[in-house]
Amino acid sequence: MDSSSTGSAKIPLKFELKPPPYPLNALEPVMSERTLEFHWGKHHRTYVDNLNKQISGTNLEGKSLEDVIVASYNNGDTLPTFNNAAQVWNHDFFWECMKPGGGGVPLGDLYHMIDRDFGSFQNFSDQFKKAAATQFGSGWAWLIYENEKLKIAQSPNAVNPLVWNTVPLLTIDVWEHAYYLDYQNRRPDYISVFMDQLVSWDAVSSKLEQAKTGNIAEKHA
Amino acid sequence: MELPVASAATASLQCSFLPRHGLLGALGHAGRERRCIKKVLPAKITAKFELKPPPYPLNALEPVMSQETLEYHWGKHHRAYVDNLNRQIEGTDLEEKSLEDIIDTSYNKGDILPAFNNAAQVWNHDFFWESIKPGGGGVPSGDLLRLIERDFGSFPKFVDQFKKAAATQFGSGWAWLAYKANRLNVGNAINPCPSEEDKKLVIVKSPNAVNPLIWDYHPLLAIDVWEHAYFLDFQIRRHEYISMFMDKLVSWEAVSFKLEQAKAQVAEREREDERKRRGEEEETFTPSEATTEEIYPVSDADADAL
Repeated sequence: MDSSSTGSAKIPLKFELKPPPYPLNALEPVMSERTLEFHWGKHHRTYVDNLNKQISGTNLEGKSLEDVIVASYNNGDTLPTFNNAAQVWNHDFFWECMKPGGGGVPLGDLYHMIDRDFGSFQNFSDQFKKAAATQFGSGWAWLIYENEKLKIAQSPNAVNPLVWNTVPLLTIDVWEHAYYLDYQNRRPDYISVFMDQLVSWDAVSSKLEQAKTGNIAEKHA
Repeated sequence: MELPVASAATASLQCSFLPRHGLLGALGHAGRERRCIKKVLPAKITAKFELKPPPYPLNALEPVMSQETLEYHWGKHHRAYVDNLNRQIEGTDLEEKSLEDIIDTSYNKGDILPAFNNAAQVWNHDFFWESIKPGGGGVPSGDLLRLIERDFGSFPKFVDQFKKAAATQFGSGWAWLAYKANRLNVGNAINPCPSEEDKKLVIVKSPNAVNPLIWDYHPLLAIDVWEHAYFLDFQIRRHEYISMFMDKLVSWEAVSFKLEQAKAQVAEREREDERKRRGEEEETFTPSEATTEEIYPVSDADADAL
């Protein structure tokens, strides 16, 4: 498991496939075990394995995952490691955004900020769903924290908000592999179910607190 | 394909029972003309695109490409692109254009307009179904094989490159074999050294809805590598899907036919360019009435000089 170096702790040379924080069948029936077996067990694992092959023996070896992403984003002229590195990060983040028995509404400061920056939770939800539904082809939709405000963004393929120097709080994977076994072409249904029954507002709140206290900023410094 | 307007609805129904290539042969050049139904309503004429069925039943590609995949891929995805496109163009100036003109217009030199994704995906999927057939695969023959060997070294080398393009298109997209005609189309400058060798087969890959029409290439073969094309049958195993596509699905007859069409179109364009050039030359050269052939009589003085 990769992490930024703290003190004398060393970054391992190889990245590991981090498991979701719940068993693979825990999101049934909304997201099937079969989907997790393929999505985490094959897709996510392949990104990790391919990334490790690509960085072995290069100057990217020993860097944190986020540093590899930023370095290989290369201001938009992406290097070969970008897709794998970003997809490893994106999928780690995605599993953390969900939980069994998720959904509902956020609380506390997160709720207030959503209310403030989108007009209402309903407005936010509609806009987030729309971003997820209209990302043509493969990609992601995001809730991000930028300049003390919440915003919604969408990105193609492997791109994520780290390359825009903003802080991701929530994501939904809208690559077809994320939902095809369970929903086939019905992406809007998948998105609705994600919002209603999967999203972990605890995780999102926790990331917001980190962002506000500048922990993420320090990580990049 | 230009279908007679009155029978457009029944013609598309019959398509699934007729050998597609026979029908194409009978009606001539395919794909570039608009196919549409004109519905005459009391106050308004509307023209809508139709969902064209594959030239074989939905279960005909089993077990390589399942009926379930065709039901979703053609019956839901392709259908949605058609329906969405029709909604988008209704009441706009795109409504009377051919599909290819809509693609060209909405590509907008890369700053794509909303109709592009749907229009291009309608075209791409029409083309994709035509690129494959039950009992496909094998090797091409004739002029197609000759050009493949000329431009890629050998058929196996072509296959390797095509598979690699399909495998490395990250995210959603397509891989293509296309015929690239060398046109130096810079104002009034004509290619000073045109030759048959300039007209090449190329392999290209493209993201999302983009297709080679926007580069003025002539597509000959397409493989859809959006995950929806292979996820139900192959899940993550895109390499396997690509191999099966090459070994068991690709219709080399269709590819050969499109090559012949492309060559004919290129030849016609060249004739047109030549006619234009001649026309411009005639305009610039205007012999005046006063010009007559001058005769210089040889005088005795000249004879002395010699």
